[in-house]
Amino acid sequence: METNEMMSYDIVIVGGGPAGLAAAIAARKSGTERILILERDKELGGILNQCIHNGFGLHTFKEELTGPEYADRFIQQVYEMGIEYRLDTMVMDISADKVVTAMNRSDGMFRIRAGAVILAMGCRERPRGALNIPGYRPAGIYSAGTAQRLVNIEGYMPGREVVILGSGDIGLIMARRMTLEGATVKVVAELMPYSGGLKRNIVQCLDDFDIPLKLSHTVVDIEGKDRVKAVTIARVGKDMKPIPGTEERYTCDTLLLSTGLIPENELSAGCGVEMNPVTKGPFVNEIMETNIPGVFACGNVLHVHDLVDYVSEEAGKAGEAAARYVQSGCTEASRERAPIRLTATGGVRYTVPSTIHTDRMDDLLTVRFRVGAVYRQAYVSVYFDDERVQHQKKKIMAPGEMEQIILQKKKLLEKPDLHTITIKIEEDDASDAIKSSSDGKAISSANETSGAADGAAHRQTM
Amino acid sequence: MLYDVIIVGAGVSGCAIARELSRYRLNICVLEKEEDVCCGTTKANSAIVHAGFDAATGSMMAKLNVRGNEMMDQIAADLDVPFRRNGALVVCTDPDELGGLQELYDRGIANGLRADSMEILNREEALAIEPNLADDVVGAFYAKTSGIICPFLLNIAMAENANVNGVDFFFNTEVEKIEAENTAPGGERIWKIRTCNGEYRTRYIVNAAGVYADVFHNMVSSRKIHITPRRGSYCLLDRTAGNHVSHTVFAQPGKMGKGVLVTPTIHGNLLIGPNAQDIENKEGTNTTADSLNEIIEKAARNVKNIPMRQVITSFAGLRAHENGHDFIIGEVEDAPHFIDCAGIESPGLSSSPAIGEYVRKLLEEKMKPERKENWVGTRRGILNPDSLSFEERNELIRKNPAYGRIICRCESVTEGEILDAIRRPLGARSLDGVKRRTRAGMGRCQAGFCSPRTMEILHRELGLPYEKITKSGGDSRLVIGRTKEHSGEEE
Repeated sequence: METNEMMSYDIVIVGGGPAGLAAAIAARKSGTERILILERDKELGGILNQCIHNGFGLHTFKEELTGPEYADRFIQQVYEMGIEYRLDTMVMDISADKVVTAMNRSDGMFRIRAGAVILAMGCRERPRGALNIPGYRPAGIYSAGTAQRLVNIEGYMPGREVVILGSGDIGLIMARRMTLEGATVKVVAELMPYSGGLKRNIVQCLDDFDIPLKLSHTVVDIEGKDRVKAVTIARVGKDMKPIPGTEERYTCDTLLLSTGLIPENELSAGCGVEMNPVTKGPFVNEIMETNIPGVFACGNVLHVHDLVDYVSEEAGKAGEAAARYVQSGCTEASRERAPIRLTATGGVRYTVPSTIHTDRMDDLLTVRFRVGAVYRQAYVSVYFDDERVQHQKKKIMAPGEMEQIILQKKKLLEKPDLHTITIKIEEDDASDAIKSSSDGKAISSANETSGAADGAAHRQTM
Repeated sequence: MLYDVIIVGAGVSGCAIARELSRYRLNICVLEKEEDVCCGTTKANSAIVHAGFDAATGSMMAKLNVRGNEMMDQIAADLDVPFRRNGALVVCTDPDELGGLQELYDRGIANGLRADSMEILNREEALAIEPNLADDVVGAFYAKTSGIICPFLLNIAMAENANVNGVDFFFNTEVEKIEAENTAPGGERIWKIRTCNGEYRTRYIVNAAGVYADVFHNMVSSRKIHITPRRGSYCLLDRTAGNHVSHTVFAQPGKMGKGVLVTPTIHGNLLIGPNAQDIENKEGTNTTADSLNEIIEKAARNVKNIPMRQVITSFAGLRAHENGHDFIIGEVEDAPHFIDCAGIESPGLSSSPAIGEYVRKLLEEKMKPERKENWVGTRRGILNPDSLSFEERNELIRKNPAYGRIICRCESVTEGEILDAIRRPLGARSLDGVKRRTRAGMGRCQAGFCSPRTMEILHRELGLPYEKITKSGGDSRLVIGRTKEHSGEEE
């Protein structure tokens, strides 16, 4: 295909998982016809296809679905609406002027001029190497999601005796899955002093099967030249370093890693989208738009979610906004004044969105964020510049649970000079904050190296 | 069958020798205990083509390093192996040690390097070409002919080229015993090699067995040698960190080797390492927390702000360190027709073309073999579609749709490349075999995405059941069987 016969679509959506599907449906409902979804796998649905456990869709459909069932609700709408999609198609490049280069077996390499682009590529798992776990490099070390694919999609068992590092939800789900398939899961080790997974998953996937969860533990050695033979774990101190003398050796043939998820943003970075170093996803404004007008982001490529319901909701917003963008002739919406910045501080790691144009925001805007440690009986406070406008007590907040606040448009409009909205965690003297260290910096760097906080974020989306 | 030459070991030395000897009408085979070429020392090192100033003047190391460096452009072009002279900086962080840089220069001259290929830089000059040098750096020795190469592809290319020129390769064939056949006085000497796969007979043996070379040498000679596995650990960083330095940045050398370096790789990653730790276990390629901490700390002395959060994997390799700290290449005095190629530690990779040439000349003199008229000295590598224009790439996919399917998304590797890697001479048989040939699985997700897909291709191409597909041969099986739902079903 030559450049001069380039296809063109109003909206090109990169990724046919839960985010891409919801974005496509919302864009069509908003009146945009020429929409194309590009999906690299052989079917729509993304990672949900391998999440055969239930617990999806409680918010959206008020019922408990499996991953494939949840995906199917959206896929059917895509079919009914006649939204175009191409499978087995890898997007190779997105240019700053929204030319998408993609490739598959039948069409070869082709370029599409897009009015708007929605980034919905999802995330990937943090590999062993990123953790610098010492030891040999034998077969039998898998990220939990890869093992999940092997078991649930390919129908093969990675091993019989399993140690799991990281208590992210996929790791917990796989502990149960491997057990049900006849494997023995000997232990789940978690670097942080708290689990990254849902309480429900700890009960249903570990406790019910008598699988021990060892908090503040990490893997210090992997034995086996060909295949994993044993894994040694040790307790870690406040500095997150293993404590000599606390080693415990487990013979096993498999080590699963559930140590964090990383938004898959190589394409975004390639087209000049500005990235938030905390989320590893793009900075977006109130309509999920990146710094490049007409390029939107949603789902786990934006920030790693706990609940697929929130992915669908945010993606719907991105789809509507993309439709409005192309319908207005692909020009930047009028911006009456400089955007308001959202600042995350005092235990709040980030916010999505990170800027708000009040003239474009909905009457109610949900701002989502994560905390960097476990807080009990602490307050979520919102400041308009220096004035505290919300101060809400929460029983418990944890890095694995995405939090949110709601902003009202009318309140923002009352403050025409508002520059910055700050969201922070405030504790009173009586509050009982469990933190791995009193030094906030140590906590955040521990999160960075372990990815435990990110890992927790996987929950029902995988 | 009686071979003329049997080479023990399919690392870069053994394969360089095999390729050079394949010029002659000789029956040659290579015996390798692993399932593929490039599974030992060649697999895990700094991937540097050293300039040749470091080794002691007059040593085999110095001679073969300088010669190997000279030969590398031609051999890389002939064998379609990526190689680039990015230059090396040996940095000095102690004003009292600045004189050491002049010593390197002088040794370079003594070793035969061109004067204009080296320079001593002050801090400002060094920073001008390498801005991320540490604040303590006070000067640097600049060796312009130093380069970076893919050791896997160099080793694989030499082996493939030897193979198409008639050299047999036997994998999973571990040598257990070597002895001379009883022959009548004055009769021809024949070596018997017992392996786990039967016996091989040959007129000449080349011992290119890496960390095991002392074991085989000592089987035939009363003049014992001793090789210590000297372990070096490395961290490999993502391509996003690949431009952190553009030259190979060395610390000033110490007695345990060249110290920790920071270098871009030929594929655009950043590599830091190695430390040096003498161990006993010849298979001890495990990393330890201490060694990883050591290289990270030492690398930071010479290069600042290394983005360690971009680490995608860590690994360790074993250098075959002989007590005399020089290459031992030549016929063993008390074992005629047994040619050692032992103690090949750094700069072994750099020297490999010269090692091949040296051993060829040695055997040429002894065996007086006839040259082949139809020897093919070139080889084409696996096509990298990224090197094609948009139109060329489309043409390729039209002819072979497998080039339109991405298997490894991190490194953009297509099914077409993986099929080529499996189907070509001495093709890949395992995930690691595919990885070393195509880079599938070598990127930032470390095969999380592509391993099930590559397994499916290996299953289809090799007719192997999934349970027999391995990471790297032997017992490195990737799955142990079917899930309950599928058990009892036929493949």
